[in-house]
Amino acid sequence: MTAPLLEVRDLRVAYPRKGFRRPPVEILHGVSLDVRPGETVGLVGESGSGKTTLGRAILGLAPVTGGAIRFDSADITSVDRSDRRRLARDIQVVFQDPYGSLNPALRIEDILAEPLRVQGVGREAARARVRELLGQVGLPEDAGGRLPREFSGGQRQRVAIARALALQPKLIVCDEPVSALDLSTQARVLDLFIEIQERTGVAMLFVSHDLAVVRHVSHRVAVMYRGDIVEFGRGAVVTADPDHAYTRRLLMAAPVPNPAEQQARRAERRAMLEAEAQARAEAV
Amino acid sequence: MTTPTTQALATARRRDRPSVFRAVLRNPLGAASLIVIALIVLISVLAPLIAPYDPAYVDITAANVPPGADGHLLGADASGRDVLSRLLVAGQLTLSGAAVTVVISVLLGVIVGLVSGYFGKTFDLVAGWISDLVLVLPSKIVLVALFAVIGPNTLVTMAVLGVMVAPQFYRLVRNLVMGVKNELYVDAARVSGLSDAAIIGKHVLFAVRAPIIIQAAFVAGIAVVIQAGLEFIGLGDPNTPTWGGMLQDAFLAMYTAPTMLLWPGLAIGLFVAACVLLGNAVRDALEGTDAALNVSAAPSTSTTAVRTVQKPVVIDDPADEDVLLRVDDLSVGYPDGDGGVKRVVESVSFSIRPGEVLGVVGESGSGKSQTAFAILGLLPSNGRVTGGRILFEGRELDPLTGARRLRGTRVAYIPQEPMSNLDPAYRIGAQLMEPLVVVSRLSRAAARERALSLLERVGIADPKRVFDSYPHEISGGMAQRVLIAGAIAGEPDLIIADEPTTALDVTVQAEILDILRDLQRERGMAMMLVTHNFGVVADLCDRVVVMQTGRVVEAGSVEAIFEAPQHPYTAMLLGSILDGGPARPDYEDDEHVSAPAEKEVAL
Amino acid sequence: MLIFLLRRLIAGAVLVVAISFVAFALMYAGGVDIARSILGPEATQEQAQAKAAELGLDQPLLVQYGSWFTHMITGDFGRSWFTAESVSDAVVSRLGVTLSIVVVSLIAVAVISVLLGVVAAIRRGWVDKVVQVLSVVGVALPNFWVALVLVLTLAIAVPLFPATGFVQPRESVSGWLLSITLPVIAITIGGIAGAAQQIRGSVLDVSRQDFVRTLRSRGLPERRVITNHILRNSLGPAMTVLSLQFIAMIGGSVVIEKVFAIPGLGMLALNATLRGDIPIVMAVVMTMAVVVVIVNLLIDLVNGWASPKVRVQ
Repeated sequence: MTAPLLEVRDLRVAYPRKGFRRPPVEILHGVSLDVRPGETVGLVGESGSGKTTLGRAILGLAPVTGGAIRFDSADITSVDRSDRRRLARDIQVVFQDPYGSLNPALRIEDILAEPLRVQGVGREAARARVRELLGQVGLPEDAGGRLPREFSGGQRQRVAIARALALQPKLIVCDEPVSALDLSTQARVLDLFIEIQERTGVAMLFVSHDLAVVRHVSHRVAVMYRGDIVEFGRGAVVTADPDHAYTRRLLMAAPVPNPAEQQARRAERRAMLEAEAQARAEAV
Repeated sequence: MTTPTTQALATARRRDRPSVFRAVLRNPLGAASLIVIALIVLISVLAPLIAPYDPAYVDITAANVPPGADGHLLGADASGRDVLSRLLVAGQLTLSGAAVTVVISVLLGVIVGLVSGYFGKTFDLVAGWISDLVLVLPSKIVLVALFAVIGPNTLVTMAVLGVMVAPQFYRLVRNLVMGVKNELYVDAARVSGLSDAAIIGKHVLFAVRAPIIIQAAFVAGIAVVIQAGLEFIGLGDPNTPTWGGMLQDAFLAMYTAPTMLLWPGLAIGLFVAACVLLGNAVRDALEGTDAALNVSAAPSTSTTAVRTVQKPVVIDDPADEDVLLRVDDLSVGYPDGDGGVKRVVESVSFSIRPGEVLGVVGESGSGKSQTAFAILGLLPSNGRVTGGRILFEGRELDPLTGARRLRGTRVAYIPQEPMSNLDPAYRIGAQLMEPLVVVSRLSRAAARERALSLLERVGIADPKRVFDSYPHEISGGMAQRVLIAGAIAGEPDLIIADEPTTALDVTVQAEILDILRDLQRERGMAMMLVTHNFGVVADLCDRVVVMQTGRVVEAGSVEAIFEAPQHPYTAMLLGSILDGGPARPDYEDDEHVSAPAEKEVAL
Repeated sequence: MLIFLLRRLIAGAVLVVAISFVAFALMYAGGVDIARSILGPEATQEQAQAKAAELGLDQPLLVQYGSWFTHMITGDFGRSWFTAESVSDAVVSRLGVTLSIVVVSLIAVAVISVLLGVVAAIRRGWVDKVVQVLSVVGVALPNFWVALVLVLTLAIAVPLFPATGFVQPRESVSGWLLSITLPVIAITIGGIAGAAQQIRGSVLDVSRQDFVRTLRSRGLPERRVITNHILRNSLGPAMTVLSLQFIAMIGGSVVIEKVFAIPGLGMLALNATLRGDIPIVMAVVMTMAVVVVIVNLLIDLVNGWASPKVRVQ
């Protein structure tokens, strides 16, 4: 068994509430998962599941109140700003919103150079690396001199991916990176993710609300519900024939793009919901 | 490596970052006000050199001489001092006073605002409270009061005014910083390890500098007016000429030489007007460049290389008599800023039979939502139907207003975003009842009963509670149910639903789809369902229309579209669907994966 | 709603107390030097000390404040240092005068600027242009200059209104109205200039929101959408604008009263400050602060009614 690159153990995250002496709101109730080198672990759940919070906690953007996060055998649960800078070489991020994740007033080359300059890379070296990155994500070399507004959503996401790759990280946290993209662009950007992983061996924690997306891109899949991980296993299994009732409900709820099959699934889903209601009534 | 992006980039025009300064100059009022301010400042600086007389030179023989007489271009005051000279020199103290106010208020307000906005918590609480305290006090009264302590010291007084005005900058900067702080690109910078100072300097300050300049221009104007007021009532520096002081002299001589009022008043008015206009010009320029920065330059071209060179494939278009809604060669356009019209919907035709569900599918920029709004007559104010017809039950609708008279009773609308589509000032019940009472002419009691039963029909567990709640007290899924209830309340024949489930979680979406299907069957309503999700189409629709960049490329029954798409674009879209696709091959040799025990969670 | 009201009341009271302390500290910080400046530059050290002791200025600041505060609670603001009249008497006799002018102006500004702002936002057209021009001109020309021009034209050249003076309403209502017309016009022009533009902006913002389109889709007549929904949601921002205008108007009273020789609070403060009569100045500042806090409270109440979300904050 390959040793994990990222290990999350019993993690708890709670946000303070406004007002005096009000108890904080706990978003994660002790979750555990791991990501191995070069692997993609999909993290799927609905709103309020805590999937985004888990991603942010790994990036150091959420207040951890319990448990531990280990990366490359080092504890990174609470790191200060200078340690975070060192970690930035290993852990990076791609966000959901292609319009908000790039500063609209900066040129692409400035955006891509930012993580490099923070690490102390010189201007010429940074510029060369930027050209290299643009090539890696399939954008033309002259894209560097342009502004984000000159690009479509899919292209901006490529820029965001390039920025994440700049420092050759070992792990990229992807927070709903294709949710805001058109259908045709989604597939292509996902294939880009896969291709980059196969080429560079970077590991990914891929957060999404869409089971089909997660299935396409992940080796293993973790399912979250209201701050807990309810199922975690091989992607092919979890997304097609899951064990946990919630995952099954999630699977049944997504409509199938085929009229006859969708009719069948509807019936299946109705039956499942009725069975659950029965079981609840009997348990009382 | 696929690079369809090169195609889009080749057609995009290269645009440099729009300079705010240049945009201001291009605005005639902006340029004029800049020139006026520069001139006034210049003249004031050079005043001692260019003034014809010494401003303090008293010549009793020339007392109250009218303008134009005796080498006094603007006349002389009660002591015989030349008005023009005094006017020119007065600018010095007036402008330096204003400068002091602006500098102090900007420095104090911006620094405290930056710290408050970025770091928040206690500092923010305390600073906010102090700012509220200062804002409550009328600044003129405070300055009058402090005169007893400070005496006739203009610059110190203006400095105090600066402190009193600082809260304006504080609130402006604090709110802007809080907004920027939550932007994802700041998060990305934090992940890169950028220090707080660097984030503030690079990302935050940039977003903030133009509003500060705008506010500073206004403050400069206000400072001049307040200073003049204080001098007018006698609290100014008695030894130096000032515009306000000159107005005080004019006031005392009002009955004998009323024209003396004119010159200082005009000087003040001109300068302050220039400040205000400059502020407005910068704001307009900023909005213009902001819009340019955020609008994507690849608007309705999807990034696919597939173009609509092929003729649209339309199967099975029924004849007029069977049809409830017919859209015939419809085009919708917007003014494109250069005097022309940009068409977002181009020659679109389709029809809906009574009781039929038509899916309108497309990606962003396909024009599907615009078509829906055109039918309803709810296009934004600058949008127009530029061609074609819309017919309801065979009768043509006015292209300007669409289905306006049919809204609520024959044609209804379900929007995409649940929360922003409810009026935050009214309870849910009131919002449901209003159209029933006003449009459907029900009595209040009947309307209330109908509203409650509708809430129950759309699957809300506690209708009474939701009826009495405000929009901000209910969840997104519930809000969407409320909106559906609102749409069916008038018993319409046609529902136009614009991506009604896109903003919802998938389990909630399934429930909403169930409700929509049941309602549609039960009441025999026709539906135009705009969506980008083929699963939704497969679940609800009888027929499908596929749109790309404003045009219809294919139409047909739902079975035909899914089994045998004729147009390459449709085939491409269907091919991009991930559902039912293969999973990733296992990681290394993953038969046994260490997984934590499954949690028993109550659903 | 009641809790909301209570919270705002307490917040207002705390604010007034805080203002009183800050103002007191600023004005009485000089200590013995204040006594010296009252007596003039030739006063000896002993004379200054004696005067300071007489006025209580030699005590530590906090003690002075405590004494002043306890007296203020009972309504006793002490006596003028120069005329021996009771400060509270002086203030009370002037308060009504100033308030009558400012309140009438506020009502005029509220009505006209709301009308103009709403019409400009909804009808656009020439009203829109007028509002935009007015917002520049009305701010650029100081309101006391406008007052002077009004006096020249409508009181001196054509004697329609009195150039100076104030008639108490209980003496003669028509006389009172005539005497306040020119001051109110002068104040109102500036107030409308500031408020109409902002109200126009907030009405425009509300009318662009999604729920307005959805309301139209329900078949509600346009007039109803405007009056019951757009205006209702614009009320909050409009109230805020008007409250700021009110604060400015109270402050502006000091200048306007000078132009028209109106015996109000502003003139009282001005004369007191020129003399260095600090107890009177303190009392005027406190009175105005209380008036502003009360008006803001009323506006908060209207806001709370109009916008339910605000009540929760």
